[in-house]
Amino acid sequence: MAEQEVLNKEEERKPQAKMVPVFIMGQKYEVPEGSTILNAIEYAGYQLKKGVGCREGFCGACATVYRLPGDYKLRGGLACQTVVQPGMYLAQLPFTPAQKAIYDIDEVKPDITTFQKFYPEAFRCLGCNACSKVCPQELKVMDYIQAIMRGDLELAADLSFDCIMCGLCTMRCPAEMAQYNIALLARRLYGKYMMPKPEFLYKRIEDIEQGKFDKEFEEIMSLSPDELKKRYAERDINFKIT
Amino acid sequence: MKSFPGYPESMWPSLEMVEKTRPKRVERAKQGLKVMEPMTLEERDEVLSKYHPDYQPDARKEIRVGPNKGEKLTAKVVDLLESHARVKPNEVDLSDPDFDVDVLIIGGGGAGAQAAIWAMKEGAKNVLLATKLRIGDANSMMSQGGMQAAVNPHDSPVIHWLDIMGGGHFANKPELVKVLTSEAPFITKFLMELGVMWDRDETGHLQTKPGGGTSRRRMLSARDYTGAEIMRVLRDEVKNHPDVITVLEYSPAVELLTDEEGRVAGALLMQTETGEFIVVRAKSTVITTGGFGRLHIKGFPTTNHYGATADGVVLAYRVGAKLRDMDTVQFHPTGAVFPEQIWGFLITEKVRGLGGQPVNKNGELFVFPLEPRDVEAASFIRECARGLGVTTPTGRVGIWLDSPVIEELSGPGTIEKQLPAMLRQFHRFGIDIRKTPMLVYPTLHYQNGGIEINERTETNIPNLFVAGEASGGVHGKNRLMGNSVLDYNVFGRRAGIFAAQNAAKNNIGKKLTLKHVEKWEKELEEAGIKTKRISPILFPDYRNFEILKKHRKEFDPFIGFALTGWQE
Ligand SMILES: Cc1cc2nc3c(=O)[nH]c(=O)nc-3n(C[C@H](O)[C@H](O)[C@H](O)COP(=O)(O)OP(=O)(O)OC[C@H]3O[C@@H](n4cnc5c(N)ncnc54)[C@H](O)[C@@H]3O)c2cc1C
Ligand code: SF4
Ligand code: SF4
Ligand code: FES
Repeated sequence: MAEQEVLNKEEERKPQAKMVPVFIMGQKYEVPEGSTILNAIEYAGYQLKKGVGCREGFCGACATVYRLPGDYKLRGGLACQTVVQPGMYLAQLPFTPAQKAIYDIDEVKPDITTFQKFYPEAFRCLGCNACSKVCPQELKVMDYIQAIMRGDLELAADLSFDCIMCGLCTMRCPAEMAQYNIALLARRLYGKYMMPKPEFLYKRIEDIEQGKFDKEFEEIMSLSPDELKKRYAERDINFKIT
Repeated sequence: MKSFPGYPESMWPSLEMVEKTRPKRVERAKQGLKVMEPMTLEERDEVLSKYHPDYQPDARKEIRVGPNKGEKLTAKVVDLLESHARVKPNEVDLSDPDFDVDVLIIGGGGAGAQAAIWAMKEGAKNVLLATKLRIGDANSMMSQGGMQAAVNPHDSPVIHWLDIMGGGHFANKPELVKVLTSEAPFITKFLMELGVMWDRDETGHLQTKPGGGTSRRRMLSARDYTGAEIMRVLRDEVKNHPDVITVLEYSPAVELLTDEEGRVAGALLMQTETGEFIVVRAKSTVITTGGFGRLHIKGFPTTNHYGATADGVVLAYRVGAKLRDMDTVQFHPTGAVFPEQIWGFLITEKVRGLGGQPVNKNGELFVFPLEPRDVEAASFIRECARGLGVTTPTGRVGIWLDSPVIEELSGPGTIEKQLPAMLRQFHRFGIDIRKTPMLVYPTLHYQNGGIEINERTETNIPNLFVAGEASGGVHGKNRLMGNSVLDYNVFGRRAGIFAAQNAAKNNIGKKLTLKHVEKWEKELEEAGIKTKRISPILFPDYRNFEILKKHRKEFDPFIGFALTGWQE
C-alpha cells in the first residue's frame, strides 16, 4: 500500500488546496491548484498505462497539447512538468507517428549527403519556427534543422543536445519532418566521427587486454577481509586530472 | 531583508545565512576539494546505524516462501514477493506461441538494449525485446551524472575495484566487480563509436569528475543528460536492425514460462491496454527490468521512472532464482524538497562533483560532500533530526545544496554548460540555481541487490539471464554513483553474448508450462500466507481513491482499468 501511503500523506498535507477545473480529453474534472498535468490526470482517477515514463522531464513520453480559455493558441508541454491552469483543456499524445531512417552507422558519412539521402524532407523546412515555439525544452529546433541543411553538424549537435524526443515539434511541422530523429543522426555522426579522439583511452584498453593489471588484481583479490578493509581505509584520495 | 526569487519569505533568512558563509567555504574549496575531513569507517557505521532508513527496526522482515526463505529482506519487497501470480495456470493455453525466438529480452532500458545489440552480434537470428512502456522509458533515460571508467593515467581498474568494494561494504561479488571495472574503458569506446557524445577536452581526452566514494576523478559525462544521450543512441541502434530485433512496446512480462524440467523457456506478456496475452517461447530469456523505486519503501518519494516496480525480481523468484542483497535500499542524498511539484526528483550528484556543498540552515558545512551515498544520506537525515534543517511551507524539511559555489570555483557559465537539465528544472519554477541553492532530502533511488548472477550473467536457473539494476552481486550493499550506468552497459552486453551462445545450444523442451506457478501457489498456502495482493504490480497506483470511493458501499481497489489494486 505504499502508493497510498504517499498519496495519503499528500492529502493530509494540503487539506484545503484550492481546486481548479480542467478538461482532460474532453471531460471536466476538479483538481488541486498547482498540480502538474500528470498529477491532475491521476487525481481525476486514471491509472496511466501510456503517456508517462520518467515523470521527471527526461523521456518525452508525456507530450500534451492544450488550449487555455479565450486563447486561440494551441500550446504544447510535458504533462510531468507543466502546472495546470484553470479551464485548461488538454489531450495527451502518447505516441508520435514519425519517420526513422535505417542506416549502418559505420557506413554513413558525417556530411550533408547523408541527410540528403536519408532525410530529404529536412531540406523542405519553410522556416516557420513552429517547432521552436512548441519545444518544451526551449530548443532552437528550426536553427538545428537549418544547421543540418548547411551541413554544420557540430552546431546541430550542440543545439539539439537537450532534445528528449517528445515529438511535439514533429506534430506541428508543415514540412512534415521528424526533427528529433534527424538531429539524433547528426549527433551520432558528430560524436562518432567529428569529436577529437581520446588517445589515452585506447592505450588503457590495450593495457587491460594485455593483462597489465592482472597481477595487481590477483594480489588485492587474495587479501583477507581485514587486510582489504585496511587497504581501503588507507587508499589515497587524489582528484587531480593526470 | 534580501529577497530570493522562487522561494517564500519564510525561507529567506536561512538563504541569507548561506550567502554569508559562502565566501569562506569557497576559499576552502579553492585549496582542493576536501572542504571537510571524510569520515572514518567507525564514524560511518555510527551515522548509518542511527539514521539510515535500512537500519530502522521495521525495515526488514523474514520471507516465508521461495529460494531465500528464512532470510530477512526489505519489508516491502517481502510483501511484493509473497503475492499471488497474475495468471492462473489453467487459464492460459500455451500450446500455440505467438513468438518462437532465440533470445527474449524483458525490459527496454539500457541493459535490454545492450543485450539486444550484442545477442545479434553474437549470432542470434531473432531477438525479441518486450517492454512495459516505450523502449527507453526507463531509469536509464534519467541518469544525469554519468558513468565511471578508469580512463586517467593515475587511475586504474584496480583502484576502481577497491572503491566499489569499499562503497559496497565489501559484500559485492569480487569477480563481478573485476569484470565491471576491467571492461569499463572498452564499453566507453564502444559507446563512443556508436556516437555517444562523451564530454571531452580539445585534445579529445575524456573529461572526468569526482563522485561520492571514489578516490579518483572517474565520472564520464555527456552534459547532465548522460543517460538520455546513451539511451537514445542505444535505442536508435536497436531500431536500426529490424531484421533481427523486434521491439514490442506496452507489453510487459507478467510471468515466466518453464519447460517440463523447470528450465526457463520464455514468458507470458500482457498488452497493458487491452489485456491480450502474448505467448513467447525462447531459448534464452534475459531479465533487464530495472529497479524498484515505485514501491515507495517506507513512504519515501522516488527518482525512478513509472515502471520501476521490481517485476523482474518477482518473476525470477517464482521460478526459483536466488536473490541477494535485497536487504538494503539506496536512498539518494539529494532529492528535491522544494518546490512541491518536484518533490523527490533527483538532483544529480554531479552538483557535488562540481563543488556544490551541503549546508544546514545556518549555512554551515556538516559533512564531506562526497561520502558514499548511504553515509551522505544518513548525515542529511541526522542534520534534520538535530533541528538544523529548513522547513518548507508544506511542512517538508531539507538541507541546502549550495550550487552557486560551483560558478565561484569554475567561473560563470559552468552551470549552464554542465548542468543544463538541473538549471531548466528549477527555472521552470522560477528558481535560478546559479544564484540560489536548492533544498534537498534523501529520496528512494536504487535497488542495490537483485537476482544473483555470475560473470556470465547466468542465474541458478537454466536459460535465465539477468543484467542491470534487476541483478544482484555487483554493488554489494551500496552502489556508488556512476557504476550502474556502467553496470547496465557492461553486463547488458554480456547478457546478450551469453544468452545468444546459450540459445545456440537449444536447451529447452517442446512444451511450455506454468508449473512453477502451481507450485508457488501451493507454497503460499502451506506457509499460511493469505493475501489479495498480486504481483508483478506493473504500475504504481496514484489514483485518488477518495473520488473513486464516492457513492460506493464496497470498494474494490481494482475498480476501473487499474492493474495494481495493491491493497490488503
Ligand atoms: C533519476 C536517476 C538518475 C540516475 N543517475 C545515475 C547516474 O548518474 N549514474 C549511474 O551510474 N546511475 C544512475 N542512475 C541509475 C541508473 O540509471 C539505473 O540503475 C540504470 O539505468 C538501470 O538500467 P536498467 O537497464 O537495468 O533498467 P531500466 O533502465 O530501468 O530499464 C528497465 C526497463 O524495463 C521495463 N520493465 C519493467 N518491468 C517490466 C516488465 N514486467 N516487462 C517488460 N518490461 C519491464 C521498464 O519499464 C524499463 O523500461 C540513475 C537513476 C535514476 C532513476
Ligand atoms: S526538439 Fe522536438 S522532440 Fe526534441 S524536445 Fe523539442 S519538441 Fe521535443
Ligand atoms: S516546423 Fe518544420 S518547417 Fe517549420 S521551421 Fe520547424 S522544421 Fe522548419
Ligand atoms: S514522463 Fe518523461 S518527460 Fe514527462
